[in-house]
Amino acid sequence: MRLKRSMRWEARTLAPIISLFLLIVGTALVVPGFLRLSIVDGHIYGSLIDILHRSTPTALIALGMAVVIGTKGIDLSVGAIIAICGAVTAVLTASTELHPLIVLGCAVLAGMVCGLWNGTLVAVFGIQPIVATLILMVAGRGIAQMITGGQIVTFHSDFINAIGNGFFMGLPARVVLAAVIIAITVLVLRKTALGMFLEAVGGNSEASRLVGIDSKLLILMVYVFSGFCAALAGVIIAADIRGADANNAGLWLELDAILAVVIAGASLSGGRIYLGLTIVGALIIQTLTTAILTSGLPAQYNLIVKASIILLVLLLQSRVTQNFIKTRVQAFRRSSDAQ
Amino acid sequence: MKLSKTFTSMLPALAASTAVLLSSPAFAETYGFSQIGSESGWRTSETNSIKAEAEARGIDLKFSDAQQRQENQIKAVRSFIAQGVDGILLAPVVETGWDQVLREAQRAEIPVVLIDRGVDADPSLYLTKVASDFTEEGALAASWLAAETNGVCDIVELQGTVGSSAAIDRKTGFDSVISNFPNMNIIRSQSGDFTRAGGKEVMESFLKAEGGGENICALFAHNDDMALGAIQAIKEAQLQPAEDILVLSIDAVPDIFRAMADGEANATIELNPHLGGPAFDAIAAHERGEEVDKWIKANGPLYLPDTAEAEYQARQ
Repeated sequence: MRLKRSMRWEARTLAPIISLFLLIVGTALVVPGFLRLSIVDGHIYGSLIDILHRSTPTALIALGMAVVIGTKGIDLSVGAIIAICGAVTAVLTASTELHPLIVLGCAVLAGMVCGLWNGTLVAVFGIQPIVATLILMVAGRGIAQMITGGQIVTFHSDFINAIGNGFFMGLPARVVLAAVIIAITVLVLRKTALGMFLEAVGGNSEASRLVGIDSKLLILMVYVFSGFCAALAGVIIAADIRGADANNAGLWLELDAILAVVIAGASLSGGRIYLGLTIVGALIIQTLTTAILTSGLPAQYNLIVKASIILLVLLLQSRVTQNFIKTRVQAFRRSSDAQ
Repeated sequence: MKLSKTFTSMLPALAASTAVLLSSPAFAETYGFSQIGSESGWRTSETNSIKAEAEARGIDLKFSDAQQRQENQIKAVRSFIAQGVDGILLAPVVETGWDQVLREAQRAEIPVVLIDRGVDADPSLYLTKVASDFTEEGALAASWLAAETNGVCDIVELQGTVGSSAAIDRKTGFDSVISNFPNMNIIRSQSGDFTRAGGKEVMESFLKAEGGGENICALFAHNDDMALGAIQAIKEAQLQPAEDILVLSIDAVPDIFRAMADGEANATIELNPHLGGPAFDAIAAHERGEEVDKWIKANGPLYLPDTAEAEYQARQ
């Protein structure tokens, strides 16, 4: 019995990793040179590095989203928070003489305030998460447009640019930054009881309250964390193009983040947090985008190809498919044993 | 009951007679302008240009910002009709759903001029459309590139949002010209969604897919923002934009002039925001009883780096 349980867990864990592997191998067959890595100007250069580089914003907000969804919540406002924090970064850098670290601090603070707003609506006022965060999703872009005055505000700061495009020990700086944040999150959630508490709140909020977990405070905190992650993604996206585009920065990125969490195998009804697999999910989405862009596919097929492959990944993930494969494998073993 | 009905039926007649009074030559002309919103820098400059043109002509312009919503625009047009304006300028947010309100304007004998976009309605319902011809913009871009490269060039193209008329027509116009040159080819073409981030990401993948970009001769972007993103990608690949890869785009936003002045872009074609003049001229011609074309093309010129610094200062 014990063995069986761990086997099922393994199959579910392996599915996203296998998908990512197949996707990379498949693209490498279609696009020659996809796996090629070279050293240009002292840092690694190639499509695989591009995937890591480009997936950073999605991976960061998916990290926050995984924790929020683990508590049976959802955060639709992350795209708008990205726009707000990008706008704060650009406007403060362009029109003040503040030190870039202070600018960074202000942007992160803005994101956390947005998260606090969401958290208050959900935890204190008991508004359903999808509705509570929808408010900021709609209003947030308006706030960002107000900050930028409706224009794309461009800025120049060596420090902020380095976050978006710089390199640290041969790797993109933003990838290193995201890796540090992810590692800290994994350590805090898995080496302390916090992760278990969060999953308990997601599994049954009332029961966890009765055993003495302060579920309101925890829920408030996860939205602030999601806002923090979105703020970092917002700074990275603004630094990438050296400007804040309030209309388009992070547009629909919340959906990619939710998708990454689902690919990881988490249920939207909460109770489970898979951090590592969520990052794999974000990598799958970005690999797909980069693969489509480098393959030379006509632009009008982008969305249909993307949707079809995501569907395949999710089917591979589904319990029905996995059970089907398992029974086939068992039947095959039995028949070969009989012979 | 009967009385109130009679009164209600008299209302439009009453409104119409007031309108006649208001539009008599003793008063300044009053026009209504229903704008989509202020979602881009281009649209803001369009609004400002039309307001300035109205002021210069002594026209009383009633302005309404629809904040991207058609129902707000329909409401605005109805209120212009009720106020009995002499003409209506409408920048339609979508193509469909205008028949009813345009018919109301026609019944009130108020000419409607469409600004910068078309509608999917019977052309008899509006006076004219004042807008750029995206196909001609694409063709002009291709002509410049053909002249610049003597008809030998491997081009990468950054398309606008798939399905948008600007993307479809600019591509059609560009393709129609380069098809005359056997040595001009589009080797890569993808959508960058009209955004800087999109342009940068797609250009990065083009550079990877084309062996570092050594053999790319030119970049044609359907708008300046994508070109500005792509310029960063080219620089990060250790190539010199505008020299190693020619950069050509459309719209003429201020930042592309900055890039041209810095020697990072080669040419841009203006998407003309100064549509007020032709629109007011059309209404005036209509009032004189003249025939007006159904599409007044207001195409902008192609700008080169030599005037970029001055244009950038003028647009600040």
